[in-house]
Amino acid sequence: SVNPDLASERQTASFSVEKLTAWLDGGVEHTRIRRAVVEAIESDPVFSRENQYFQSQNERYEAAVRKAVHLQKKMHELGWTENGPEYKYIYRALAGDVAFLLHRIFMRSILMLGSDKQVAKWIPLATQYQLIGSYAQTELGHGTYLQGLETTAVFDITTQEFILNTPKISAMKWWPGDMGRSATHTVVFAQLYVHGKCYGVHPFIVQIRSLQDHSLCPGITAGDIGPKMNFEHADNGFLMLQNVRVPRENMLNKFCEVQPDGTYVRWGSQKINYFTMTTVRISIISDEVIAPVMKACTIAIRYSVVRRQSKLKPGEQEAKILDYQTQQEKLLPQLAAAYAFHFINDYLQELFNRAYREMQRKNFETLPELHAFSSGFKALITQYCTSAVEICLRACGGHGYSLLSGLPSLYTKILASCIYEGENTVLLLQTARFLIKCFMAASAGQSVPPSVTYLAAVKPGKCPAKNKLDFLNPDIYTEAYQHMAARLIRSTAAKLQDLIQSGVKKHDAWNQCTVQLAQAAKAHCHYITVKNFAETVEKLKTQAGIQQIMKHLCDLFALHGIFSNAGVFLHDGYISGAQMDMVTASYLDLLPVIRKDAVPLVDAFDFTDKSLNSALGSYDGQVYQRLYEWAQKSPTNQQMSPAYERYLKPLLHNKLSKL
Amino acid sequence: EALVINDPDFQHEDLNFLSRSQRYEQAIRKSALMVMKLREYGIANPDEIFWFKSFVHRGRPEPLDLHLGMFLPTLLTQATPEQQDRFFMPAWNLEIIGTYAQTEMGHGSHLRGLETTATYDPSTQEFILNSPTVTSIKWWPGGLGKTSNHAIVLAQLYTQGQCKGLHAFIVPIRQLGTHEPLPGITVGDIGPKFGYDEMDNGYLKMDNFRIPRENMLMKHAQVEPDGTYVKPVSDKLTYGTMVFIRSFIVGDAARSLSRACTIAIRYSAVRHQIFPKPGEPEPQILDYQTQQYKLFPLLATAYAFHFVGAYIKDTYHRISGDINEGDLSELPELHALTAGLKAFTSWTASAGIEECRMACGGHGYSRCSGIPDIYVTFTPSCTYEGENTVMMLQTARFLVKSYTQVISGQRVTGMVSYLNDLSRQRIQPQHVAARTVTVRINDPVSLVEAYKARAARLVEAAAKNLQAELNHRKSKEDAWNRTSVDLVRASEAHCHYVTVKLFTAKLSEVSNAAVRAVLTELCLLYALYGISKNTGDFLQAGILTDTQVTQVNQRVKELLAIIRPNAVALVDSFDFHDLHLGSVLGRYDGNVYENLFEWAKKSPLNKTEVHESFHKHLKPMQSKL
Repeated sequence: SVNPDLASERQTASFSVEKLTAWLDGGVEHTRIRRAVVEAIESDPVFSRENQYFQSQNERYEAAVRKAVHLQKKMHELGWTENGPEYKYIYRALAGDVAFLLHRIFMRSILMLGSDKQVAKWIPLATQYQLIGSYAQTELGHGTYLQGLETTAVFDITTQEFILNTPKISAMKWWPGDMGRSATHTVVFAQLYVHGKCYGVHPFIVQIRSLQDHSLCPGITAGDIGPKMNFEHADNGFLMLQNVRVPRENMLNKFCEVQPDGTYVRWGSQKINYFTMTTVRISIISDEVIAPVMKACTIAIRYSVVRRQSKLKPGEQEAKILDYQTQQEKLLPQLAAAYAFHFINDYLQELFNRAYREMQRKNFETLPELHAFSSGFKALITQYCTSAVEICLRACGGHGYSLLSGLPSLYTKILASCIYEGENTVLLLQTARFLIKCFMAASAGQSVPPSVTYLAAVKPGKCPAKNKLDFLNPDIYTEAYQHMAARLIRSTAAKLQDLIQSGVKKHDAWNQCTVQLAQAAKAHCHYITVKNFAETVEKLKTQAGIQQIMKHLCDLFALHGIFSNAGVFLHDGYISGAQMDMVTASYLDLLPVIRKDAVPLVDAFDFTDKSLNSALGSYDGQVYQRLYEWAQKSPTNQQMSPAYERYLKPLLHNKLSKL
Repeated sequence: EALVINDPDFQHEDLNFLSRSQRYEQAIRKSALMVMKLREYGIANPDEIFWFKSFVHRGRPEPLDLHLGMFLPTLLTQATPEQQDRFFMPAWNLEIIGTYAQTEMGHGSHLRGLETTATYDPSTQEFILNSPTVTSIKWWPGGLGKTSNHAIVLAQLYTQGQCKGLHAFIVPIRQLGTHEPLPGITVGDIGPKFGYDEMDNGYLKMDNFRIPRENMLMKHAQVEPDGTYVKPVSDKLTYGTMVFIRSFIVGDAARSLSRACTIAIRYSAVRHQIFPKPGEPEPQILDYQTQQYKLFPLLATAYAFHFVGAYIKDTYHRISGDINEGDLSELPELHALTAGLKAFTSWTASAGIEECRMACGGHGYSRCSGIPDIYVTFTPSCTYEGENTVMMLQTARFLVKSYTQVISGQRVTGMVSYLNDLSRQRIQPQHVAARTVTVRINDPVSLVEAYKARAARLVEAAAKNLQAELNHRKSKEDAWNRTSVDLVRASEAHCHYVTVKLFTAKLSEVSNAAVRAVLTELCLLYALYGISKNTGDFLQAGILTDTQVTQVNQRVKELLAIIRPNAVALVDSFDFHDLHLGSVLGRYDGNVYENLFEWAKKSPLNKTEVHESFHKHLKPMQSKL
C-alpha cells in the first residue's frame, strides 16, 4: 500500500502525469515501447540489481559480463536489433550496469574512420562477438589534449607493418573501459611516424589478447587500473606496448593512408578525428547525465514528503520536510534543471542530425558549431547536473549517505561525466574560442551561424521590468540572459585584444583570460538553455494541461540562475538593485506553487522502483520499512564477524594485560 | 607519529583493495592494538591520544570512536558517583564497550521528535524500553552494529503517566562472553554507506526491554524509587558538549581540505599538459590560470578555516573555565555562532574537496588519488551533529534576536556588534554610500569592513522580510519558514565575515616577515575571491562599484600568479605524512606515474592474468554466436 503521505501528493496534481510522461518520451508509442523493454529486462533475474550495493569489485565485474552476454541472447529472442526502436531503452533499463560499452565505441570508430574494406572485415566479427573491442585513447600522462599523446606507431617499410610502442611510463594507455580484463582488440591512438617524420595522432586496430585462451599477446602488458569511485563493474584498464607489430591495413584509413612505399595521403578534413568524440559527447548526455539527475530528484522529492521534522504550526503533526522553504529551494531548482536539460538534449540531437546529414554530403561547414556546442553543453550540463545530484543527496540528510538510498552511486557515477569525453574546463575554452571567433567575425560584418548572431547585435540597455510579475515574462528574462552572455563575451574579447596589442604573446594573453573565457562560454550555454526552454513551453500551446506547470518550471529555472549569479546581471546595471529584489521575490514565490506538483512532476519521469534501486525513493513511499528490510540483507548481518573472535573477544576478556 | 608509522603491527594492505568486512576487521584489530599500546606507553593526555589515534587510523573513523568519544565522556559528565563506580572502570578497561544511541530512523536534528520510550515501573523499580514504531528504531550510531555490548540510549521518559522529555539510559545490548544480542534486543549493521566502511553504524530495536532504575544517568535529573521525577538544575550544560564537537568539525573541515589541497597542488605540479607554445618546455598544469583559479582560493580557505577552528577551540576553553565557575553568559552566543560556522565550513570544505578532486582530472576519480576517500569521510559532517541548514537557521535566530535588540535601542556585543552600526546609519543615511569609496582592495582590514557591511545588510534585509511576513500572517513558524532562504543567506554572510575577520586578525600575530607576507597574500585572495563569487551582494548593497568589482576580479588573478611560486611550499607546510595522505597523486616525492602503475597491479581484478569470467561467460558466448 502507498504511504498516505505520498498518496495525498498525487491527488492534487494540476496535470495528467501520464500525458506528461508521453510528451517527455516523444509520444505514447514511445512510452509503450520503453515500458515493454523495461518490463522485459526487469522481470529477468539475470539483470537484477538487488544485491548490487553489497557486492565487491570482482563480483560487480563478473555480473556485468554475465549481463552483457545474456543481453545478446535476450535481444535475439525478443527480436530487438541495434537499429530498432527498443535499443535506446535497453541501456536505461540496465542503468548502465553492463559490460562491453566500449565494444560499441570500438565498432562506431571503425564505422566512422575505417575504409569500406576495414568495415567489411571487422564489423561482422565484432557483431558476432568473435572479438571484444575497446577504445584506447587516454594515456597515464595525457587526457583531453589529444596531440599530446606519446604512444608511437612507426611504419616499417620492409615488413609493411606498424611497430607500436609505449616509450615511457606516462605514455601507457590508462582508463579505457573493458580493456582491463575483457577486450581482445582495441583501437589504439598513436603518433604516426613514417621515415622519421611525425604525422600526428592516428587510430590503429591492435589485438591484445589471444582469441583462444584470452592470455595476453606478446609485447602486451595489460590489466585493471584498480578501484574507482564508481564503475566497479567496468574493468577500466592499462596497456603497455613493446614492439607490437600490426599490418599496414590495421590503420583506420577512411580519411588518410600510408601507402606501401611510405607515402602519406590524406583525403578528408583532419577535424573528422574529433567527430567520434563529438558523437559520444552528445550521446552520453541523455543516459549518463539527465537520467541520473531525474532519478536523484525522484528519490529526494519522494523522500521529502515522507520524512517529517519539527512542527510548522503549533498543535499540528510534524511537517513534511518538503514544506520547508529551504528544502524547496534546494530541490525544486534541480527538478527544473532536469527538465531544462531534457529539452536542450532534444535541441542538441537536432543540431547533430543536421550536421550528420550535411557531412554525408561531404559538407563539413557545420562541424565547428556542432563541435563548439557539444563541448560547451557537455561541460555545462555535466557540471550542473553533478551538483544537482549532490544537492539531492545532501537534502536527504543521514539516510542519503547510506548506499541503500541509491544517491551515492548516482553521484559517483554522474561526476565521472565531468571528466570523461573531455575535461570540462578544457571544453569550455574550446567553446569560448569559437564564440570569440564568431564575435569578431560578426562585428566585422561577416556571416555567422544564427545561434550566435546575437553576439554583435546586442546593444547596451536596461532591463524594462517594472514589478516582480514582469520577471515571469520569458521575453524579459531571456533578454537578460542574452544581454549578460553577450556582455561577458564582448568584454573578454576586448581584454584579449588589449593584451595582445600591448605586446603580450597570443598564448599568454589567452591564458590570462581563461577564467573569464570559461565563464563567458558557460553564460552562452546557459542563455541558450533558457531560451530553448521558453520556446519549448511556447510550443506547448496545444497541450494546455501541461503547459502551465512547464511554464512555472521554466520561470523557476531562469530566475534561479539570475538569483544565484546576481553579480553578473547587476554588473553593468542592466538589472538594478531594486529589480534584483523583484527577481528574488518572484523566484521564492514560485517555490510553493511548484511544491504542489513536485511529486507528480517526478512521477512523470516514470522510473520503476527497480531502476531507482533506492530504499528512500520507491513509488509507495514505504521508506522506513524498506530501509530496515534492506539493511538486514547486508552481508555484515548475515554472518558473525570474524573480528569478534579474533580481536574483540581478547580485548573484552584480557583484562590483565591491560592493567 | 614515528611511533605508529614505524610499528609493524599497524601495517596492512591498501584499504582500497579490501571489502567492507575486511576494512572493519582491520580497524578493529588496530583499535584493540592501539588501546593496549596506549596503556603500554602510558599515554593519557587527550591531545596525545588524539594524535596517536589519528596516526593509527590515518584520520579515518574506527569502531571505538563512539566508545572513546561519547560513551566515556557522557559517563563522566552525566553519571552519578555510584554509577561511575559501576560502569566507568569496566568501560575504561573495555570489558564494556559502549556507544551513544540518539538518532532514530525517522528523527535526526529535531531531538524532541525522538520516539523511543522508557517507562518507569515502580513495582519492579525498572525502566521498560521500547521502540514503538519502525521510525523509532535507533539508526546510525557508530560501533552499534557489531562492536558494542552497551549503549547509552536517549529515550522519552514516562513516569507516573507523564512524559518528562528526553533522558539518557545505560542499556546492555549484548551478552558479555558470547557477544550474542540479549533477549528483547534486535541489533545489527545498517549496511553499506558512501564512506565509513570501517564503521559498523548500527540499528537497535528494543521490545519491552527492562533495565534497573539505577541505569538512568542521574547526575542531573532523577527518578526516585516511587517514580517521583526530580528536575535538573540547568539545561545549558549540554551546550558545552555541542560547542566542543562543532569546534572539532571546523578543525576537521580545515584538515580535510588541507589534505585535498596538498594532493591536488602537488599533482598539478607533476602533471604536464602541452599546449602549443613554441620553443618552451611543456607547462605544468599548475601554470594554467584556470587551474590556479580552482586551487589557490581553496588553499587560502584551508588556512582560513584553521584559524577559525583554533579560535572556537580557544574560546571554548576560555569559556568552559567559566562554566565550572558557573558563569555561562557567553555560552549561548558561542553556541549560536558555532552552529553557523560548523555549517559554513563543512559545506565549503566538502565542495572544496570535490573541486580538488575534479582538478586532478581522471586520476582524481581513481581511489588511488585518496581524494574520494577524504570526501566520503568528511561529507557526512554536513549532516551529523546538526544538519547544516538547521544550523544556519539557529545562527540566524541569534542574529535576528541581536538585530531586534539593536533596533529597540540596546547594544549588542561580541561578533555581532557590527549590528550596532545599523542604528547609527539610520541617523546618517549617507553612511553606507560614503563607505563605497573607502574600500581599499589591497587592505585586508578594509575588506573586513566590506564583509561587515554585507553581513549587516543581509541580516537587516532578512529581519525586515521576516517582520513583513509576520505582519501578513498569523503563525510565527510560517513567517519564519517563508523567510528562511533569506535567513540562511544572512547567516552565511555573517560566517563569511567572521572568517575574514579572524584570518585578518591572525596576520598581526605572525612575527616572521616572510611568513606574514605570504599569509597576507592568502588572506587577500580569500577575501577578494569571496567578493568575486558574491558580487551581487556587494553591488546591490552599494558597498562596491562595478569598477571596483572589475578591479577585484583582476586582483584575484594577479594574486594567483603571486602565490604560484609558493604553492607547493604552502601545502608542504601542512606537514602530512605520505601514509596519512594515502594518495599516489599527492606523494611528497612526486613520483606519481611509476607508483600509479605499481598500485594498479595490486588491484583485486589483477590477481590472475585471465579473469574467471572469461571461462564462465565470455568463452561460452563466443563459441555459441
